[in-house]
Amino acid sequence: MKLHHAVLALSLSVMATFAVASTAAIGERQQVMKSNGAATKSIMGMLKGEAPFDLPTVQKALATYQDNTTKFVTLFPDDSKTGEKTSASPKIWDDMAGFLAANEKFKADAKAASVAIIDEATFKATMPNVLKSNCGACHEAWRIKDAQ
Amino acid sequence: MNLPARLLLVFCVFILAAGYWLTDFDAHFAFMGDGRWKATRAADPVNGKVLFSAGGCISCHASSGADDRVHLGGGKPLKTPFGTFYPPNISPDLKDGIGRWTETQFIRAIRDGTAPDGRPYYPSFPYTSYRHLSPDDAIDIFAYIRTLPPVSGKPPNHDLTFPFSIRRGVGLWKLAYLNGSVIEPEGNRSESWNRGRYLVEGVGHCAECHSPRNFAGAIIDEKRLSGGPNLEGKGTVPNITPDKTGLAAWSEADIASLLKDGFTPDFDSVGGSMAEVVRNTAELSDMDRMAMAIYLKSLPPLQGQMRSK
Ligand code: HEC
Ligand code: HEC
Ligand code: HEC
Repeated sequence: MKLHHAVLALSLSVMATFAVASTAAIGERQQVMKSNGAATKSIMGMLKGEAPFDLPTVQKALATYQDNTTKFVTLFPDDSKTGEKTSASPKIWDDMAGFLAANEKFKADAKAASVAIIDEATFKATMPNVLKSNCGACHEAWRIKDAQ
Repeated sequence: MNLPARLLLVFCVFILAAGYWLTDFDAHFAFMGDGRWKATRAADPVNGKVLFSAGGCISCHASSGADDRVHLGGGKPLKTPFGTFYPPNISPDLKDGIGRWTETQFIRAIRDGTAPDGRPYYPSFPYTSYRHLSPDDAIDIFAYIRTLPPVSGKPPNHDLTFPFSIRRGVGLWKLAYLNGSVIEPEGNRSESWNRGRYLVEGVGHCAECHSPRNFAGAIIDEKRLSGGPNLEGKGTVPNITPDKTGLAAWSEADIASLLKDGFTPDFDSVGGSMAEVVRNTAELSDMDRMAMAIYLKSLPPLQGQMRSK
């Protein structure tokens, strides 16, 4: 009986560790994405002509995007496919190479934009496409809400 | 029973009932439609372009692989619980497209779901919503399509599971569920509200994804726009009525802005099939996007499923 309990307790704690491991990764990657959201918020007013153009803020947002891509890709362990209301598509684990390429493209685009953007005109010419072809495009292909 | 099984059952009943009714397409031809097949003025391709964008025609009819917005060769697979559809070539090509069609044939296709030879179209072509277009607006879309380059080649036949593969069953489905007519302005509402309603309920076909469906795959009217299953796969489509499970916390400007750049008020970027919808609504004017927002916010709030995010 005692042994039984011990085994049970052990297996429960193993399961709990697993659960913790995956939830942590999911929570962290959602946090990374929230930071992308916040960075985007800081420049959207300028894009819409509601706030005055400010180059340092734009460059900071672009740097945030690049930093975030580095961390983001480390947060998709096999045990994080489900749980914590993740909206990551299961397709990510079927085609990790494709997903990593999408992340790399985002990094490269943000980097190229940080060179290209020197004033308001270059900002308005460059930024919308960086957002559309990355935030929107990656979410279109690699994300499903309420899939579980 | 799960949804596909129930749909299957209903479809079988339809097929049986179809015994000899509709064995000849002329019968179908005569019974379908609200009789509004004629335009009252000459076509205006400029208005047609706006409605073509609002209608998302390109999302289904673009040549597969091509990501430009002008080649309507069709063929991009559209996966549904009934099987895979390959939307046809609707470019103005004389041989493989609709280059030889008359205005009346086009009006009947898009408003009644009836092909030039009388065959019924599957409602995966959202004519249940396009039915709300006036014949004048329909020919405007046709005129715009005729300005686009012809594309040769025909996509493969649809790959549907039995019994959905029997096109005749669709005739009866239409008889039961194809209703509604041209949306006319309501005098006691503002011009933008009326415009918004026309775009959302008609050509924009927002309800086709954002509503729950009944056992036969038809939209449940009392729950229109309160969210639905994602017919193309897993997940759900959110409630867009102003309920707390929907857009209660969104301002009209928030909704208009999402339809322009795809960002929610939390600076999340919409994904899934909505990303493609935004590519279309981004082509519209600020006024049209605001009109849709005004209409959505005026709806009675309906409770939907609470989304996880
Ligand atoms: C390489 C793919 C990719 C790119 C590029 C990308 N995202 Fe995401 N995003 C995701 C995935 C995957 C999730 C789902 C994470 C989860 O729930 O596990 C997500 C989730 C989010 C969320 C919701 C986070 C939460 O609270 O659950 C926000 C907000 C977001 N992204 C904003 C952005 C913005 C803004 C951009 C562009 C600046 C962007 N994303 C670019 C893949 C991407
Ligand atoms: C959700 C996908 C979808 C959208 C959006 C869509 N269609 Fe279609 N359309 C289809 C499918 C699928 C068929 C084939 C139906 C069938 O075979 O019964 C079709 C058929 C047609 C046909 C008949 C062509 C023929 O050769 O018989 C025409 C014309 C047409 N669509 C025009 C349009 C126009 C104009 C729009 C935009 C206002 C549009 N469609 C939007 C999916 C779509
Ligand atoms: C092809 C299916 C489809 C059509 C057509 C469609 N939507 Fe959507 N819509 C979706 C999906 C799926 C989502 C969820 C996307 C996500 O969260 O990543 C969505 C999300 C939204 C949202 C954000 C809601 C939220 O809570 O985040 C709004 C607003 C919206 N749609 C409005 C519209 C309007 C207005 C139309 C008509 C012009 C429309 N949609 C047509 C599939 C569709």
